[in-house]
Amino acid sequence: MSAYEPRRRGVHPVLLAELLSWIRAFGPYRWASNRFRDWGVGGRTAVIGLPYLWLLLFFLIPFIIVLKISVSDIRLGMPPYEPLLHWVEHQVVTLRVNLGNYAFLFEDPLYRNAYLNSIFTAGASTILCLLIGYPMAYGIARTSPSWRNLLLMMVMLPFWTSFLLRVYAWIGILKNNGLINNVLMAMGVIDEPIVMLQTDFAVYVGIVYSYLPFMVLPLYANLEKMDITLLEAAADLGCHPVKAFLTITLPLSVPGIVAGSMLVFIPAVGEFVIPALLGGPDSLMIGRVLWEEFFHNRDWPVASAVAIAMLVLLVGPIMILQYNQAKQGGAGGVHR
Amino acid sequence: MRNTYRSGLLVAALTLAVTACGKKEEAAAPAAPAAEEKVLNVYNWSDYIAEDTIASFEQQTGIKVNYDVFDSNEVLETKLLAGKTGYDVVVPSASFLERQIKAGVFMALDKAKLPNLAKMDPEIMQRVGLHDPGNAHSVPYLWGTTGIGYNPEKVKAALGVDTIDSWETVFKPENAAKLKDCGMVMLDAPTEVFDSALIYLGKDPNSESEEDLNAARDLMMGVRPYVRYFHSSQYINDLANGEICVALGWSGDILQAQARGAEAEKPVTVAYAIPKEGAIVWFDMLAIPADAPHPDNAHKFINYIMEPAVIAAISNYVAYANGNAASFEMVDEAVRTDPSVYPTPEVKAKLYPSLAESQEYSRLSNRAWTTVRTGQ
Repeated sequence: MSAYEPRRRGVHPVLLAELLSWIRAFGPYRWASNRFRDWGVGGRTAVIGLPYLWLLLFFLIPFIIVLKISVSDIRLGMPPYEPLLHWVEHQVVTLRVNLGNYAFLFEDPLYRNAYLNSIFTAGASTILCLLIGYPMAYGIARTSPSWRNLLLMMVMLPFWTSFLLRVYAWIGILKNNGLINNVLMAMGVIDEPIVMLQTDFAVYVGIVYSYLPFMVLPLYANLEKMDITLLEAAADLGCHPVKAFLTITLPLSVPGIVAGSMLVFIPAVGEFVIPALLGGPDSLMIGRVLWEEFFHNRDWPVASAVAIAMLVLLVGPIMILQYNQAKQGGAGGVHR
Repeated sequence: MRNTYRSGLLVAALTLAVTACGKKEEAAAPAAPAAEEKVLNVYNWSDYIAEDTIASFEQQTGIKVNYDVFDSNEVLETKLLAGKTGYDVVVPSASFLERQIKAGVFMALDKAKLPNLAKMDPEIMQRVGLHDPGNAHSVPYLWGTTGIGYNPEKVKAALGVDTIDSWETVFKPENAAKLKDCGMVMLDAPTEVFDSALIYLGKDPNSESEEDLNAARDLMMGVRPYVRYFHSSQYINDLANGEICVALGWSGDILQAQARGAEAEKPVTVAYAIPKEGAIVWFDMLAIPADAPHPDNAHKFINYIMEPAVIAAISNYVAYANGNAASFEMVDEAVRTDPSVYPTPEVKAKLYPSLAESQEYSRLSNRAWTTVRTGQ
């Protein structure tokens, strides 16, 4: 196996230049770049600015709206919460901020338990995804390039079907007279169906199944980039493959592990559909609590407070992790 | 760096300015007094209308109907409270409608445009008047009860009797324990279940007393270990294929299970009982949102639904009772003589409305329900 392949990825430089000149000649692009130049904005700024604008419009502004609702008072009306700003005699604006909605979350242990349970479920699912996903990603990254595309395709293929349908399919597989129980009973392994649906087991199956690709893809991207010559050097110096894996491959793949774990953990914490369809009545997750606040209690302010509290609880640790990661990344750069 | 921020803000400001202009134009449009375009947007429950109801209306009036469906009052309510739904006719249940009227969601009906109101059953109109004083904002569409659906064969095997006539069957732990193995289920709806429990306890389901609520919760905690699941639609299928034996559920759903069970390859019998202690009666109401874009067409549609022949055809198709006195003779005999669809006057006297709850009581009730559901 030839391990050293310079410029394995990336577009050929001549082709890239050709492509860029074609884009530059494209009318709308020319028009837009001229306009940006008139305003004193370079192409680089525009390219960086657009994603920021996107985040501003579709993340920051909605976040501020939710934050605003979370500190307002509930009322019977349209919309079902009081405005924050009150006009007094058309002259003075008074701001009323109600932090009672947050205080309420501490009064009832329900919310704390739901948060903890969600974080536990998401954490356990993430570890399961990692245990299953790592060997998959490793295998794909180390096969011949012709197989690699096919295997990657198989990882991504489920995305072509609706997420909801795939979760529903698990109902058919797990239920009492479903696929697994019927096969096991026909083979005579069991006499009574095993109750799997509406249990925590089914929730884990659903979450791990649904989020596995989010673990495999970043891990694959990381492992595939790894410099194989390091492993060859280790082998030449008489290092056992297991030890080489533990001292070289695993530490180098930490960024992939972190990226994959985040992509699984974050959406799994707020997961609502999978526990609702596959879980039992006593599964208590924050997604369900949020749904009940919003739809059953019609309490948009408390529902928003639940959402904001979850965001703060999640974003805090993640920012610390990212900060450490960035520091490590910088240190690693010196060695390279 | 500063340059980036400034330009970013500029673009954002521009976008906002453009959106603001767009909004103004939009808001101005419905105010125009010109004749309404021939369009009507209806939002109704799923599987809740006869096959040709909409087509005949379109043919008669030339109004194009956009028909959307929902499957829970909560979803409808959230849309209505957020406002600007674009719907002209919606069908909330009366207890939800009652609160929505107070929130200012609906317009008062122009009764001059609804001559068919004369054909409605005065008793039903009086009952829904508890939710909508003076029937000012709504017209009853279909109605039903919350009772017990069961499989007589399996219940006989478990309890030794093949008819159920009391809430005792589900709320007494001794009975519930015997039903555990053949499968007892309940709606995942705090109001319906707690109200039924209060009726069994001989208390007023609309008292909003915390003490009563706690009594209902404690009663439920006693039978909770024997409840297979709490779900508001799963039981239709499970009753029809014999997977469960008793369900606390909505009359129409259980009658639907009955029909499906009878058609099955291995027929399954399903019966419905309104317990002798009494039960909750609910009404689904036709109403027009205050910001409906086509209020005239909406009135025409509501008046059309009140045609006896039209509503009779709907009752025949979905097996729910309607509130139209003139249509009674046109309803199929099998439906109209079925006491689980059209209860006898003695049973009717024991049907209690489920009035809208205050925000505080609603929160207490939902919290108690979480305790029942999860044990926390």
